[in-house]
Amino acid sequence: MTLKLKIRGGRVIDPAQGVDEVTDLFIADGVVQALGQAPDGFTPNRCLEAQGCVVTPGFVDLSARLREPGLEHKATIRSESLAAIAGGVTTLVIPPDTLPVVDTPAVVQWLFDRAKAGGLVRLHPVGALTRGLKGQDLSEMSALKAAGCKAVSNAHHPVANTLVLRRSLEYAASHDLLVIVRPEDPDLKDGGCAHEGPVAARMGLKGIPYAAETVAVAQVLALIEQTGARVHFAQISSARAMRSIWRAQEKGFPVTADVAVHQLHLSEEALEGFDAAYHLSPPLRTREDLEALRVAVKEGVIGSLCSDHQPHEPDAKLDAFPATEPGIAGLETLLPLTLALVREGVMTLPRAIQSLTQSPAEVLGLSAGTLAPGSLADITIFDPEREWILDDSTWRSLGGNTPYWGQTLKGRVMATLLQGQVVFDLNFGEAS
Amino acid sequence: MTAEKDTLQRGPDGKLRHFLTVEGLDRAFLELIMDTADSFASVTEQTVKKVPLLRGKTIVNLFFETSTRTRTTFELAAKRLSADVLNVNIETSATTKGESLLDTIRNIEAMHVDMFVVRHAQSGAAHFIARHVAPHISVINAGDGRHAHPTQAMLDVYTIRKHKGDFHRLKVAIVGDILHSRVARSEIAALKILGAEEIRVVGPRTLIPADIQSLGVTVFHDLAEGLRGVDVVIMLRLQRERMTGAFIPSEHEYYASFGLTEGRLEQAAPDVMVMHPGPINRGVEIDSKVADGERSVILQQVSHGIAIRMAVMSMAMHHQGAGGVA
Repeated sequence: MTLKLKIRGGRVIDPAQGVDEVTDLFIADGVVQALGQAPDGFTPNRCLEAQGCVVTPGFVDLSARLREPGLEHKATIRSESLAAIAGGVTTLVIPPDTLPVVDTPAVVQWLFDRAKAGGLVRLHPVGALTRGLKGQDLSEMSALKAAGCKAVSNAHHPVANTLVLRRSLEYAASHDLLVIVRPEDPDLKDGGCAHEGPVAARMGLKGIPYAAETVAVAQVLALIEQTGARVHFAQISSARAMRSIWRAQEKGFPVTADVAVHQLHLSEEALEGFDAAYHLSPPLRTREDLEALRVAVKEGVIGSLCSDHQPHEPDAKLDAFPATEPGIAGLETLLPLTLALVREGVMTLPRAIQSLTQSPAEVLGLSAGTLAPGSLADITIFDPEREWILDDSTWRSLGGNTPYWGQTLKGRVMATLLQGQVVFDLNFGEAS
Repeated sequence: MTAEKDTLQRGPDGKLRHFLTVEGLDRAFLELIMDTADSFASVTEQTVKKVPLLRGKTIVNLFFETSTRTRTTFELAAKRLSADVLNVNIETSATTKGESLLDTIRNIEAMHVDMFVVRHAQSGAAHFIARHVAPHISVINAGDGRHAHPTQAMLDVYTIRKHKGDFHRLKVAIVGDILHSRVARSEIAALKILGAEEIRVVGPRTLIPADIQSLGVTVFHDLAEGLRGVDVVIMLRLQRERMTGAFIPSEHEYYASFGLTEGRLEQAAPDVMVMHPGPINRGVEIDSKVADGERSVILQQVSHGIAIRMAVMSMAMHHQGAGGVA
């Protein structure tokens, strides 16, 4: 018997279709069949009650590290897939900085196979821009594309040589591959671990200046003009870099951007007391940056929110602040932190949902991120008012590195569907 | 600065548990440290230079970075308080071999010690250790990265108090490599708390941290201007590895611009005192005539270091039920 599913009475928000209404959703064969009225002859054999909940496309996360292959002491595809679906994320774009690096079709295929065998989430591996992420030789981008990569990136290993950067952008453009750039000039970063500002000055932490980000953005923008490459700027941290991107967009450059959602809530003051949970890359910057980035997301200059999920083993954070590894395990806090922005009046709920669904899907040209009839039924159902405490009983990621540990968060995923199958269910109401 | 820091450094009773930074402490508390040091100063002048305050206590000098002056003065201070002292020098090699900082701490902790005096190359190391040691152990920060060197700052203000009495009308210039200096950061904090009228930092832009003005200091890039009318000059050591490359073009040019000579000192107040946390580089940041001159209190600073460290150690041990402050 094929599953014919009805999701009843939820507030369906699908920005890709401009939908925001309390209605029913009908699913069969893993595909969305209709919104509102059941198609002719559709008799549901299962019904999920979604009254009081919001029903959206499954979230698309543009930057989530699952640590496999090679870094299984931090996390595994299995563990982080479970974290993802608990956070409502069904499509994960994963950076190439694993061991081995995602620079051969074999690794890409291995990741696809693992995702398929797991059956919990969709993975989109980003191929390496340069071989081994070393910034010297181009990766075999044509082969990576044939294996299924939609984008290439050098992740946290910026290409220092501008000639190599030019050639790799050109080569990616000739294969119509998107290039994802985490803009950071490695020389200007100079091993810094905190925003170069008043807090770092007082705490004696080696600073990462604004220029590390703005110089890298300016360099890439100049090279886009030269090469015609399509570029997505990942995890923007400063108002200045955002404004450069904005100006480029106004001039018609094919550039998009995302920001890690925690950058819209935390700023440099959090480093007080040297808590390594706040050691991030890019670093937490000032309140002014935070406010400007919030506006940029509202206005769509920064189209997407991501978790920038970087799970770590406990030891990675147990040292003096500068010696710890940067990053937050963010998949499970993506939704509550996004909803907090709505409650704080930064943006509407539909715009917030767009930044988690339609916008990131468009960046990579994915068919995900919408509930239009005919699309795969990857669906997130969440209760925006439900509070939960982030602790051992609720947390699924193997990485316990979150500054929100022990806190009460608002907004809980009730159920997550992948291709019509319920892969996550928080004792969700089911009608006969 | 924050409540968190205060609860880490000071117990619920307000007594010192750890001494990690002068930030967040109040004026009365800094005065108390200096008054306590005063009471110990006489001990050093006795024939038997010992008081039995910390008898039976074990203090570990845990140095992850080499030091002669700071380690010896801490050792001497501990011995004069009758504590047993263990010097552990851990070059970074131990950590590169794979033993984590926390494992090192746990191992030494297992030897039933009472206090760690810690020096480490990373900012925040002392905070990290204080947060993870067994509750009965006190941690004294003997310098963490670029962050803080609170006992050095205390001995400096103690030396200033001895000569100037009061801080309110004082203009103090700190000259040199502010960027990499934990001493400068702690001195700025201490002088602020004690109410110094003006604190100046003087050096080339490459050696002054961005946004240092937010700490309440004035920035000068010209030595003559920076020294004009000051009552105290604190010279900082220019470390060898900064002398070339992208911070300054050469030792020669640095001395020409920022080296303290008798001629330049004319700009300062007539009774200016010249300080330096040591070790000094003669002819790099300071001329020998100034370092050895009558306005220099560099060697007094060293002696005062022992009294200040005795004060801080006895105060920190007080919460463990040691003999208490003299």
